Amino acid sequence: MPSFHLPPHRIVLLLIGLVIIGLMAINMRWDWIPAYRADILAGLRLTLVLLVTTSVAGFLLAVPLGLAQAAGPRPLAWLARGYCTLIRGTPLLLQLWLLYYGLGSLFPYLPGLRDSWLWPYLSEPWLYAFLALTLSFAGYEGEIMRGAFARVPKGELEAARSLGMHPLTTLRRIWLPRAVRRVLPTLNGELIIQLKATPLVATIAAVDMYAVFGRIRQETYIVYEPLLLMALLYLVLAGLITLAFHAVESRRSH
Amino acid sequence: MVNYRDMSIGELLALTPPGWGGALLNGLSLSLQVAGGGYLLGLLIGVAGAAGKLSGGPVTRDLLTCYTTIIRAVPELVLILMIYFGFPLALNQLLTTLGFGRVEVSAFAAGIVVIGLVQGAYATEVIRGAIRAIPRGQLEAAYAMGMSSFLTFRRITIPAMLPGAIPGLSNLWLIATKDTALLAVVGFTELTLASRQAAGATKHYLLFLGIAGLLYLFVSFISNRLFRTLERRVTPGERHA
Repeated sequence: MPSFHLPPHRIVLLLIGLVIIGLMAINMRWDWIPAYRADILAGLRLTLVLLVTTSVAGFLLAVPLGLAQAAGPRPLAWLARGYCTLIRGTPLLLQLWLLYYGLGSLFPYLPGLRDSWLWPYLSEPWLYAFLALTLSFAGYEGEIMRGAFARVPKGELEAARSLGMHPLTTLRRIWLPRAVRRVLPTLNGELIIQLKATPLVATIAAVDMYAVFGRIRQETYIVYEPLLLMALLYLVLAGLITLAFHAVESRRSH
Repeated sequence: MVNYRDMSIGELLALTPPGWGGALLNGLSLSLQVAGGGYLLGLLIGVAGAAGKLSGGPVTRDLLTCYTTIIRAVPELVLILMIYFGFPLALNQLLTTLGFGRVEVSAFAAGIVVIGLVQGAYATEVIRGAIRAIPRGQLEAAYAMGMSSFLTFRRITIPAMLPGAIPGLSNLWLIATKDTALLAVVGFTELTLASRQAAGATKHYLLFLGIAGLLYLFVSFISNRLFRTLERRVTPGERHA
């Protein structure tokens, strides 16, 4: 039986924390929550969708980016490295605005685009939000994948080759799984960083959780309470991501 | 109204109005100042936090863990709003209870506090890791020689931890320069917001946002070189290599 023992100073700290939370619950205004519950949940859902889709798409992009840098022909390696430097060297907010305002300002000049079926999608902020977050995740993760690919022991790859394995089979069966296993522990932190990057999309009028709370603050003139609840929700999300990773880790080690 | 449509790129980027080059450089300088101030504040918090985490009492350690966990899990954009609106209020409440008059907190000062608090949480972990990597024998030897703990910290701990801490600290500086862009959401005219204002006024979005990107890349390129030189300087045994 694992015993759960709380040292006395933690009990005191917890009590102080509970008192502070209790005082906040009584003295601050929370009556706006029921009216905005549906909006907050919708924003939360969109934040989660954005987090999951951009992380998956970004990771899929990061694999070729890492592979090209670790083992690709020189021009390809340079291109991949240049991409990662570009992404990692500039703020995500700037990349987002560059895509949304910059690319968006070019599209009207393309003949025929305005009448095509693509147009309604191209004027949708979600498309640019998805694109910018995916490209950014790929840039940071590509750099990590490069290291992971390079650190797979050479002997294993040589063994596969000496068995007559096709290079693609080697990649699929040995190189990629070994590299991915290596980056799994770092993915926890990367996912939390990606979660913290999602509110930026509110600046191009995509309505995620951050934007919903921004609207609440504008409509109710309440300054702090929505901010506190929003911070708490992000904290819980980050905690859940970490818990999920711990669960996967402990299942694997058994 | 200035007619931006017929201006050449050179005229658009001219340092004096109607060109927007001066506004961009002004934004860059503001970005670097806030990043620099925040970074220094973050280093101070980081050294104090690492010292507290390594040799503080159980209460100090728990409170510091709360600080680093919360700061690292809540989006910077949310923290900026909270500190930007909360910090002046808290400061003025403190000042009025102490009997002083109210002060105006500028966007600039609030920006430095925000970046500093965020950087402090990460710097605490970087410096703590670097200090823990120092062989215990070195510190014990210093105590055995009769050095006071402050002298040990200054003469042994700091020089011995720097080679291990500098890669992390250089990464933090790059994060600080990029995090200043987030101050755009509270209307602080740093480089990103300046470039967007220029782009919005002239309708040359790709040009101005692209130039801002190049300026950020330039800053990170120069910073990388400086930190690499610094790392070579503080790593013992490689100075003369």
